[in-house]
Amino acid sequence: MIHAAILGPGNIGTDLLYKMLRSPLLKPVWMVGAVESSDGLRIAREKGLRTTHLGLDALLPFLEEDGIRIAFDATSAKYHPDHSAKLTARGVKVIDLTPAAIGPYCIPSVNLHEHVDVPNVNMVTCGGQATIPMVAAVSRVQSVAYGEIVATVASRSIGPGTRSNIDEFTRTTRAGIEVVGKARRGKAIIVINPAEPPLLMRDTIHCLTDEEPDREAITASIHAMIADVQRYVPGYKLKNGPVFDGNRVSVWIEVEGLGDFLPKYAGNLDIMTAAAVRTGELLAERMA
Amino acid sequence: MTRKILLHEMSLRDGMHPKRHQISLDQMVKLATALDDAGVPMIEVTHGDGLGGASVTYGFPMHSDEDYLRAVIPKMKNAKVSALTLPGIGTIEDLRMAADCGVDCFRVATHCTEADVAVQHLGMSRQLGVETVGFLMMAHMISPEKLAVQAKILEDSGAQIVYATDSAGFMLPSDVTERIQALKAVLRPETVIGFHGHHNMAMGVANSLAAVDAGAGRIDASCAGLGAGAGNTPTEVFVAVANRLGIETGIDLYKIMDAAEDLVVPMMDKPVRIDRDALILGYAGVYSSFLLFAQRAAAKYGISSRDILVEMGRRRTVGGQEDLIEDVAIEMSRGRTS
Repeated sequence: MIHAAILGPGNIGTDLLYKMLRSPLLKPVWMVGAVESSDGLRIAREKGLRTTHLGLDALLPFLEEDGIRIAFDATSAKYHPDHSAKLTARGVKVIDLTPAAIGPYCIPSVNLHEHVDVPNVNMVTCGGQATIPMVAAVSRVQSVAYGEIVATVASRSIGPGTRSNIDEFTRTTRAGIEVVGKARRGKAIIVINPAEPPLLMRDTIHCLTDEEPDREAITASIHAMIADVQRYVPGYKLKNGPVFDGNRVSVWIEVEGLGDFLPKYAGNLDIMTAAAVRTGELLAERMA
Repeated sequence: MTRKILLHEMSLRDGMHPKRHQISLDQMVKLATALDDAGVPMIEVTHGDGLGGASVTYGFPMHSDEDYLRAVIPKMKNAKVSALTLPGIGTIEDLRMAADCGVDCFRVATHCTEADVAVQHLGMSRQLGVETVGFLMMAHMISPEKLAVQAKILEDSGAQIVYATDSAGFMLPSDVTERIQALKAVLRPETVIGFHGHHNMAMGVANSLAAVDAGAGRIDASCAGLGAGAGNTPTEVFVAVANRLGIETGIDLYKIMDAAEDLVVPMMDKPVRIDRDALILGYAGVYSSFLLFAQRAAAKYGISSRDILVEMGRRRTVGGQEDLIEDVAIEMSRGRTS
């Protein structure tokens, strides 16, 4: 088992903890926070992890003695550069769940194996994790001139960090559509819906292909990609499509979370933590 | 005492919806010039879904936001030009572009419960030195008290003008009165309150009057009603009513009537009126720009557009969820055949 640390005991960090406790390859041993009374730190202690509320600096002296090889950063883009510099300098691999995106984008079902040797990988955005596999499923069949995604998420699943910098979502997701999804031009839209009970994450993906779409090959590619994503996100479902209309290929996805720490409707957060753990497991396989 | 209000013209933005965003630069400049000449003080110009709305989901416009703004703004003698933006669709880069084009006013729109998503855009608008409006869409979906809490968030984030927006054309005059009063009770006295109506229940003018009576200082209206659903409050009708009541708009009634009749009506692809689909938008409280998308999906999948719109309402959809319409239509058609 490869030992890992989680930075940030918020919703994401705590959900990561639950998923990692089930992992056959990763063992979470430290949880780092900044507030003593944090629920996430309390839960981590109950699960047998060592914790600190004094930030990463309080963990550094224990990295070697506790054998930490991988760190998951679920704090914020503001703190990530400092965390990453300190951890990578000590040979710890960093998986970045913040929008800082220092390292290359990682979408496990698409390019997991490309970035095993870099010190820091970034998990793009929740919308990116849910939609970029579909863009890639089309672009691996034939060239995509334009990829557009709409991510609709429950109001309750969107925290203050995302709300205060909504452009970070659109910008990073758009870049991921281009760099990982391989659409020549990308566009990302996010819609927040406050309905009660909260709706499951819904995603619409439109690709405009250069040539007339090869329906059979694209349909097969999409179904294969759905199965790949389902390996780490069982609640990832094809609702409708692919619909072909001229050069447009459209797909509608629903993402139900596992309901580990986060509620099931927060499939958008679940897909981030699940993708991060999947990435961590691959790194762990290489280390073992 | 005479009351004075500012009428904000929507035909070149909300009017992009019934035109499927296909208004030519020439048409836009011609209409904007006529509106300016009629004394319309402020005209909104962008894609129907605001800056950055150009997409598969909302429709690709005939020209870019930048092309429209650069064509219209230099031609305006007195009228100011505003641009709408929905955070999540339009970005800070889009605001910078529009500010560079010389836009005088930014309107930052969110669903009525999600005001805090506008903080970044409102802040940038103020930083760019542009008049800043916060715009709460689908305001019928929450109580006046809850709407007031969201309005305060917009004001605290830099909005100088705050709107209650009846995106579905659902409200009746008493609904408007309660909401404007609730906003007035919590906002600073210098903050101007606005109302944006849709005419789906034929309440555009009545609701706008209720808003003015409750203390609104800014009213959105559209020449010949050109706007989503059954359109917006028709500018020329509202000006006539305002004249009778002694409400000052600064707009020449005959000139705005002529612009409506001679320029806007001939532009319409089909009459903007309360047909059964527009009426169901108002009746069921559904976002007005879903109209044409539902009609197209209905034709493609052989089901009723009214049924699609009712289902969109049942699912408590909000502005921007046009992408769900085809999905819903596919599901409904499947239900029919299986």
